Amino acid sequence: MLLRNLLRRDQEDRDWREEMESHIQLLTDSFLAQGLTPEEARAAALKQAGNLTARREEIYRMNGIQWLDSVAGDVRYALRGLRKYPSFSAVAVLTLALGIGTNTAVFSVVNSVLLKPLAFPHPEELVDLAQIAPGAGGVVNSRGSFGLSPSMYFTYTEQNRSFQSMGVWTSGPVTVTGLAEPEQVFANVISDGLLQALAVQPEIGRPFTAADQVPGSSDTVLLSYGYWQRRFGGDRSVIGRKVLVDARPREIVGVMPSGFRIADTPADLILPLQLDRSRATLAGFYLLSIARLKPGVSIEQANADIARLIPIWVRSWPSFPGGNTNDVLSEKVYVSWRIGPNIHSLRESVVGNVRSVLWVVMGTLAMVMLIACANVANLMLVRVDARQSELTVRAALGAGWARIVRQLLIESLLLAAAGGALGVAIAYVGLDLLVRNGPTNLPRLSEIALDSHALAFTAVVSLLSGVFFGLIPALRYAGPRVSLTVRDGTRTMSHSRDRHRTRNTLVVVQVSLALVLLISSGLMIRTFQAMRSIRAGFERPESLQTFRVVVPQALVPKEEEAARVEQAIAEKLAAIPGVTSVGIASALPMDGSPPDWDGILTEGQSYAQGSRPPMRMYRNVSPGLFGSLGTKLKAGRDLTWTDVYGDRKFVLLSENLARELWGSAEAAIGRRVRSTDVGAWREVLGVVEDVRHNGAQEPAPAVVYWPIFGQIPYAPIVTATRAVAFSVRTDRAGTGALLNEIRQAVWSVNAALPVANPETMRENVDRSMARTSFTLVMLAIAGSMALLLGLIGIYGVIAYAVSQRTREIGIRLALGAQPGDVRQMFVRQGLGLCAIGIAIGVGTAAVLTRVMKSLLFGVAPVDPATFAAVPLTLLVATLAACYLPARRVSRVDPVECMRAE
Amino acid sequence: MGDHSSNPDLLPGTLYMMILRTLNQGPLHGYAIAKRIQDWSKGGLEIEDGSLYPALNRMLHKEWLKAEWGVTENNRKARFYRLTPLGKKQLETESSAFNKMVRAIQLVMRTS
Repeated sequence: MLLRNLLRRDQEDRDWREEMESHIQLLTDSFLAQGLTPEEARAAALKQAGNLTARREEIYRMNGIQWLDSVAGDVRYALRGLRKYPSFSAVAVLTLALGIGTNTAVFSVVNSVLLKPLAFPHPEELVDLAQIAPGAGGVVNSRGSFGLSPSMYFTYTEQNRSFQSMGVWTSGPVTVTGLAEPEQVFANVISDGLLQALAVQPEIGRPFTAADQVPGSSDTVLLSYGYWQRRFGGDRSVIGRKVLVDARPREIVGVMPSGFRIADTPADLILPLQLDRSRATLAGFYLLSIARLKPGVSIEQANADIARLIPIWVRSWPSFPGGNTNDVLSEKVYVSWRIGPNIHSLRESVVGNVRSVLWVVMGTLAMVMLIACANVANLMLVRVDARQSELTVRAALGAGWARIVRQLLIESLLLAAAGGALGVAIAYVGLDLLVRNGPTNLPRLSEIALDSHALAFTAVVSLLSGVFFGLIPALRYAGPRVSLTVRDGTRTMSHSRDRHRTRNTLVVVQVSLALVLLISSGLMIRTFQAMRSIRAGFERPESLQTFRVVVPQALVPKEEEAARVEQAIAEKLAAIPGVTSVGIASALPMDGSPPDWDGILTEGQSYAQGSRPPMRMYRNVSPGLFGSLGTKLKAGRDLTWTDVYGDRKFVLLSENLARELWGSAEAAIGRRVRSTDVGAWREVLGVVEDVRHNGAQEPAPAVVYWPIFGQIPYAPIVTATRAVAFSVRTDRAGTGALLNEIRQAVWSVNAALPVANPETMRENVDRSMARTSFTLVMLAIAGSMALLLGLIGIYGVIAYAVSQRTREIGIRLALGAQPGDVRQMFVRQGLGLCAIGIAIGVGTAAVLTRVMKSLLFGVAPVDPATFAAVPLTLLVATLAACYLPARRVSRVDPVECMRAE
Repeated sequence: MGDHSSNPDLLPGTLYMMILRTLNQGPLHGYAIAKRIQDWSKGGLEIEDGSLYPALNRMLHKEWLKAEWGVTENNRKARFYRLTPLGKKQLETESSAFNKMVRAIQLVMRTS
């Protein structure tokens, strides 16, 4: 529209030029007719026509968009001004760029993780069909909810009225052999209905059909795009080829599109779950579920629908394979568990607990942005001060108030635009760093990018900040009082109190915001310290090498044989130079693997019909595991391999469980327990120290440690734990050389076994603290930026005050004041501002840090140490920032100063 | 920027009216408009070229006139101005208002 007008204006200008030409021609013609010579006629015509070019220009101006032309003028003028003071411009632009850049980067993360819809068709219809079971005594899956059992899946999928389709899934490591070295990869195992619910088609090939889900049908597999590229180079002829997964040949039927993930769980392979209806029982709550709501069905309606189906489910399935349905006992048990639906949107469940982290980080960086703006506003004030006489002259020449405000605003908007442009570059680099070094468990990490939303955000932030820090000096200076200053001569005039107040207010705001941020990062540092210093139940995690091995049934069919393979590996590992001890467990502390749950019954205690003891975490352990971890034995003794292979009925307990049941660790030794009414009694052989299995910040759970081989807790079946983690105690942990020797050791036992997830225990611990360390790093960055900007702000104010009051200083010195006293005067001024800022900041922080409560560990939101140390540090830093400029006082020569006037 | 006519004797606004009037009989180019006003006023009114064209420009923007390139009787290229229906209406309102005012002024002048 604007452009079209401007283009049209040029077209019109051409018309007018031609018309002027034609006019002169016609005039010439008329003079010719009067008998003049052509030259005379032309000259006479030009004379009469007068200055037609001026007319043309007048018309051109008339047709222009007035304000746009003058704005262009202002912009040129502002650019010239900014170029003239390169250091001012550079500092302002850099400050803004840092503020805008970090804000843009974090906004990109917030946008990608929290705001952007999931990359599925109609993502708003997708829900996580989670459940709760408050009566089940803490039985939860890795996502913190109560899972579905296969029988629940059958009941729900067949009888629900709310879903277009629903499916269940689980995931775990599998071993792929026959391609290169044996490799352990992550697989999602899905039921029918899941891909339909997500409404995703494979990139090539076909999805699973109902036929693929029939138990015993030919084995099939879908590849992830990444795995297809990595292992098959994107070869489209893979469809129909076979791969060995856990030693079973499976036909590749399709490749999923790039970026496809089920609830943000990365996986290389997708396998059909093949649930067997005839063997389904009530129990086995290990499945996650995703459903797609029918259009118009709300989450509440879906919840009501599932709540209706739960009693139906309890009555429809047996407690054990081949048992009777409608078992009164089981009905009572499951009723006492109070299973209920807890459906929420899939996006919410994917985002999980990082929501609070991201908002805290976003909030802190917004504060940094405010500080940056305050700083630039202060710089602008200084600069406008220096231009006082120029502005006054302009005003005197007839520039209106609005016009001068506009001029100043245009300057600040230009600075903001430059800062924004540079900020995008900073955001780009920062985001790259963030994605590469951020916590790997940050959901949707792969989706994070600087997109159009983030750029729009940058534009808005730049614009707002430009208006914000531009308006402060503009309103301060361009008011009607301008005319006063011409007479007074700016240099000697002592400062108007009013203007001082603006600058001082800005500094106070800066200091208080910086203090809030520093206290927040201080609290995170204390949290981090608390987490690091807590005894997690094992020792020196940095010298513990861990890795996982799965012994597939297809490879080693016999159970005891599988256990012996694992023991053989452990012995080979122990022979590696530098290795002091080795242990095996179904899962190691903080490794994030889903826990097993079962109840525990103690001998001599009677349980009322239908009532059940609470569920406990179960772990399978080998002899020597606790020794290698450094977990202390509190009472009794550890298992031996003889105990294990003899299937001697022993069990180990965690200390807190022993205390809970019998009052002390010692009292537990020799007591007998079992997990079901029908299982064999097991003797408590030993009690070990509590271990924080779920992460440093989570309390240690009560754990039952079952032998790695033998009769399983809930049925009279003897099995080996086929998916195990090894813990190897050695000072060489984490080195490539050790890893090579570990591989050789494993392969010397069985060449088809891959070594998966090699990590030191330290890495495990760090990962469990990833959220904390991420928050810590982000807050530390924000805090140090705030501190730096705040100090620059104070320094600037004092330095400026000194330079403005040179004459006053001169007089004071001439009258006999000691330079030290004068210096002190300025330092006092700075400290006074700082003190007010600190007082406000402490008050604000005391309120705001409550928001962080969920992120803190072992420290109160109003932590006395932090709230004392941080303001003190800030005060000392301010002292330095005030003292440096105040030193200039001594350089003032009173004589020269007076003479200059 | 107000309407400023460089002919101080011209009553304000009357330039537009006279231009509209000359065009009422058919399209004319700028030079001919000035010439015609001069002729009709028997030389009493001389439109400066300097004020004619800005006035024409303004009237084009008010959409009272339309301009088209054409050829004069002497075979010269020139821009011809033509009244639009809006221009015709403007001429009517302005001339009736003007006539009323002239009569009123005459009444005042006679009584004194």
